[in-house]
Amino acid sequence: MSDLESAQQEAPERDRPTQSQLVQEAIVRPGEAHDLPAPSAAERVSVNERRAQQVLAIGGGDWAEVSARAHAEGDDDLMVINMGPQHPSTHGVLRLVVTLRGEEVTSLQPVVGYLHTGIEKSIEYRTWVQGVTFVTRMDYLSPIFNETAYCLAVEKLLGIEAPPRAQALRVLMMELNRVSSHLVWLATTGLELGALSIMLYGFREREEILDIVEEVTGLRMNHAWVRPAGVSQDLPDGTEEHVRAFIGDMRDKIDEYETLLTNNPIWLERTRGIGVLSTEQLVGLGITGPMLRAGGIAHDLRKAEPYCGYEQYDFEVPTADTSDVYARYQIRIAEMRESLKIIEQVLDAMPSGPVMLSDPKVGWPAKLALGPDGLGNSPAHVQHIMGESMEALIHHFKMVTEGIKVPEGEVYVTVESPRGELGYHVVSDGSNLPYRVHVRDPSFVNLQTVPVMMNGLLVADVIAALSSTDPVLGGVDR
Amino acid sequence: MSAETTQPPDLIQPVLTGLRERFGDAIREVSGHRGEVTIELDTARLVEVATWLRDDPAAAFTHLSDLSGTDYPKRPDRLCVDYHLYSREHNVRLRLKVRVTVEDPHVPTVTGVWPTANWHEREVYDFFGVRFDGHPNLVRILMPEDWKGHPQRKDYPLGGVDVDYIDAHVPPPDTRRYKGGWTST
Repeated sequence: MSDLESAQQEAPERDRPTQSQLVQEAIVRPGEAHDLPAPSAAERVSVNERRAQQVLAIGGGDWAEVSARAHAEGDDDLMVINMGPQHPSTHGVLRLVVTLRGEEVTSLQPVVGYLHTGIEKSIEYRTWVQGVTFVTRMDYLSPIFNETAYCLAVEKLLGIEAPPRAQALRVLMMELNRVSSHLVWLATTGLELGALSIMLYGFREREEILDIVEEVTGLRMNHAWVRPAGVSQDLPDGTEEHVRAFIGDMRDKIDEYETLLTNNPIWLERTRGIGVLSTEQLVGLGITGPMLRAGGIAHDLRKAEPYCGYEQYDFEVPTADTSDVYARYQIRIAEMRESLKIIEQVLDAMPSGPVMLSDPKVGWPAKLALGPDGLGNSPAHVQHIMGESMEALIHHFKMVTEGIKVPEGEVYVTVESPRGELGYHVVSDGSNLPYRVHVRDPSFVNLQTVPVMMNGLLVADVIAALSSTDPVLGGVDR
Repeated sequence: MSAETTQPPDLIQPVLTGLRERFGDAIREVSGHRGEVTIELDTARLVEVATWLRDDPAAAFTHLSDLSGTDYPKRPDRLCVDYHLYSREHNVRLRLKVRVTVEDPHVPTVTGVWPTANWHEREVYDFFGVRFDGHPNLVRILMPEDWKGHPQRKDYPLGGVDVDYIDAHVPPPDTRRYKGGWTST
């Protein structure tokens, strides 16, 4: 007998309650569940053992209300299930309180807020340029859109426009970002509906986009690359070829996805006729983006209210008319192709010139460069401010610490993000700090359709219907 | 309207004319800034005006883009609610604004006009404490349901909330100093 085995045998069998006893206890004495006596020093047990003894009573708030309502209906077949907040199919920390009769959903209530980090409040305590680093973290699958929308709002308040090359670069990066965001949607939705290959393919191609984005901004996510009055740095050498090679590959890859899914009987069965929304529901609930276009309304802010020079590019606004999960799939696939078209046109017609306004009152003074320890001020700029010009040093210091002052006023600026209308309501009181930044996140609004879509669906279809709204909880909860 | 308004007048002008004719007494102020038109309304008449703006073919603001709150503590009616409207038909935007006091923060709900306002109004209630009368389910949405106070009011500090799991007090970032432990200046 090995040492290990003998040690196991010698260990006394602990008198530990079974899981069902614990649950029973929680039901019988719900109020006492949190009040387990703290162990004294003498009887201190290991953390793991203490955890095993703890009983978590789930209750409070809407849970009590919903389950009481279900019981009040006197229908013993009704079952109230908490799906989430940690369920892997909820795309983040989203909780769905689902009332089921067998497999059928009788009502569903989304509960959000688990990822609330107070970004809107935090921005009010930082300078205008620092705000970019906050907004990029909201909807973490489309950071470039957040940054661009915020910067467009600040620029509108300032009454300035970024130079043409910066605008084109923003479009380039936004469209790359749109493809990567739709790829995550495709990959996760495929995974949830049992199409495992598409999950691997989607993340594989997304990784290529993230490589390009990392090359340009230095980071895979949370870039803070778009800045008021321009972008933080130009494309490095070789990126253009990299992007062109990617576009060529990606067209074939999208064809490949379609051969896997578009006529796949299982995929059709799982997506067609699921989560249908009528035109009245779409309009009344303020739905935008691919969900709206899947319902036959060809509205795209890039066409309706062009920004960053979108009017120069030739692209279609794909629509479908069945307004179900399958239609939303078709729209997103078509949008990826359109994005590739736009990227190609941007590269062909890339204007030359600066990427940041040279106006010393608003333009960032430093040229950034990728050094041995990451992104920082370029050696030439450091040489200039440290060795050549005291005025340049003072200016750099003022711009970096105090930042720009933005004239009083308020604007509402929108961009077409992968999920729909991303709106920034930005208020300035004339100081160097934003007075109020409110974000209309498309996920937040689109998630309101979930209870509407779900009635009468089977529980397995809840996943498909929820996924078709493409929620990103970082954006919903902010 | 100020001279710097760049919104094409032929698009928004009929709406303004129509509004002035029907609801002249409900309009407190019309202002333009950076091409955006803002109409400040009498709170009591909000739903009436909103319904007209949605239904009248000259306006057709069927899309409520956003609904946001702002706190202006220097004003007596410090809580402000903005309704960002968009008309797909005419491709034009308009902002409605109502202001209420902290003592009487009641605004009629527009969920009957634009159902999308449901979560937006819950958010403004959560963060600013504006009560939307007639809202079907006016409870907190992003903050925990037992939270005290309305965090995005200007007098509510950023941070400064006890973090009980480490038995520590974290002061607001603008007063925060690290001296081997967080202290406030």
